[in-house]
Amino acid sequence: MLLSRYHTQTAAKTVIWVGAFGTLAVMVWILWQVLREGVPLLHLEFFLDSPRQMGRTGGIFPTIVGTMALTVVAVLIATPLGVGTAVYLREYTREGRVSRLIRFGTDCLAGVPSIIFGLFGFVFFVIFLGLGWSILSGGLTLATMILPTIICTAEEAIKAIPKSYREVSYALGGTRWQTIAKVILPNAIPGIFTGVLLGVGRSVGETAAIILTSGSSFLMPTSLFSPVRTMSIHFYILAREGISMEMAYATGAALILLILIINTVANWLLHRYVRKLEGKGHV
Amino acid sequence: MSETDKIQLRRFNSFYGEQPALKEIDLRIQARQIFALLGPARSGKTTLLKNLNRLTDLILSARHTGEIFIDNRDVFSPEVDLPDLRRRVGMVFDLPTPLPLSIFDNVAYGPRLKGITQKSKLEGIVQKALKSAVLWDEVKERLSSSALRLSGGQQQRLCIARVLALEPEIIMLDEPCSGLDPISTASIEESLTRLKKEYTILLVPHNIQQASRVADRVGFFLSGELIEEGAVDQIFTRPRDKRTEDYISGKFG
Repeated sequence: MLLSRYHTQTAAKTVIWVGAFGTLAVMVWILWQVLREGVPLLHLEFFLDSPRQMGRTGGIFPTIVGTMALTVVAVLIATPLGVGTAVYLREYTREGRVSRLIRFGTDCLAGVPSIIFGLFGFVFFVIFLGLGWSILSGGLTLATMILPTIICTAEEAIKAIPKSYREVSYALGGTRWQTIAKVILPNAIPGIFTGVLLGVGRSVGETAAIILTSGSSFLMPTSLFSPVRTMSIHFYILAREGISMEMAYATGAALILLILIINTVANWLLHRYVRKLEGKGHV
Repeated sequence: MSETDKIQLRRFNSFYGEQPALKEIDLRIQARQIFALLGPARSGKTTLLKNLNRLTDLILSARHTGEIFIDNRDVFSPEVDLPDLRRRVGMVFDLPTPLPLSIFDNVAYGPRLKGITQKSKLEGIVQKALKSAVLWDEVKERLSSSALRLSGGQQQRLCIARVLALEPEIIMLDEPCSGLDPISTASIEESLTRLKKEYTILLVPHNIQQASRVADRVGFFLSGELIEEGAVDQIFTRPRDKRTEDYISGKFG
């Protein structure tokens, strides 16, 4: 009996270790592969120049701008909508037909492949609303795509706030809106932030939905109505059309670095926010 | 009804779903005294407090019959301004519930909701409240540090200060010393005795001795009924009801 318990323990430990280190290994391998090929080609001009000869030479500056612009538009639209939905679901309505319907809707949205969002965005934003291939069309499409994630994480964040905080706020004469604005949202922000960050990651990495809604022009965008090419699409086209594998890897490496920078800055901001919220010397 | 009745309950019943929590309560509580609600767990004490400031509104299944008057005004009347009622009837919960804010912001929370934004005014309110709750000397050097870093006893006194900052008329304390050591308990009891000169205090004591130490009048509750109510000496020396006597002498509880 003792022996078998010991063996189960060892087996479980092995499985968990293989899982954890397997994941780590795959991640490191992918990063290593892209960075090893790409980083040696990264120079300042690569970041600041426009692509020339279809991307065979030159840089990727317009695609960096395009990626940022699309992501910012998507996040700015999806965050208030998603957080609003989450607040409604948790603070303004009880479990019932309406809340179940909203949840069912967001669950379905979360499972839809991005190319379908692209198709929807193409038909609705590009053609029907006449926004054309543009930052706005792409941003709106991305916003619908990342909305379920933001709703879900915001709801979890609100759910995790102790019931006593609400009770205290009401007991001290707070109205519902004051309670939401002063207790619920400030304490949910770290969780909401995680959802937004996941949305940013998805926006930066998305290709299928963007090609159909923002086009693939690598000219410098001049307004929200300009078509753009994002870094991921640039990478895809360079590799797919056999234009230049080196430039593709360099773009990939730049993309990874961009994501690392966004995550680092975001975490730093979040940390500062939590410290400020809870007063100096937070436990 | 006499002029000094601060709170009056008339044939008051409270339910959670079909489950009765308070049965036919008739009770008068006078201003500027400590009224202790005594009784074993689940006898309806917390429910009574939460009906007085209508925190029961937050519980979907809660309903009531009968009436509660504070200063001769019906608490359940549709004209009642809930935030205003809750400012007048402050509540301290059984476990310390600091908000994850600084000490200053915790105490200033209620006044800010009321619309006070002027810094000097807030500072005055916070200082006065912390002094009344006998916490000022311990925290005056670190008002901007997190309230979560205070000890349990300090946190509970902070919660009392937070209620005092609203200048309520009635302060309800639901077992405010349940998680505290004897020294913190003593300092809270001391501040209660001082506060009753200005406020009407409803206290659910965390044991019978605490009621005998600080209360002026005592109500004994059992399974949602008010068994008897009277001056503290009478309840502790000559209880009228056998069940009160048994509870006070420790035969059950």
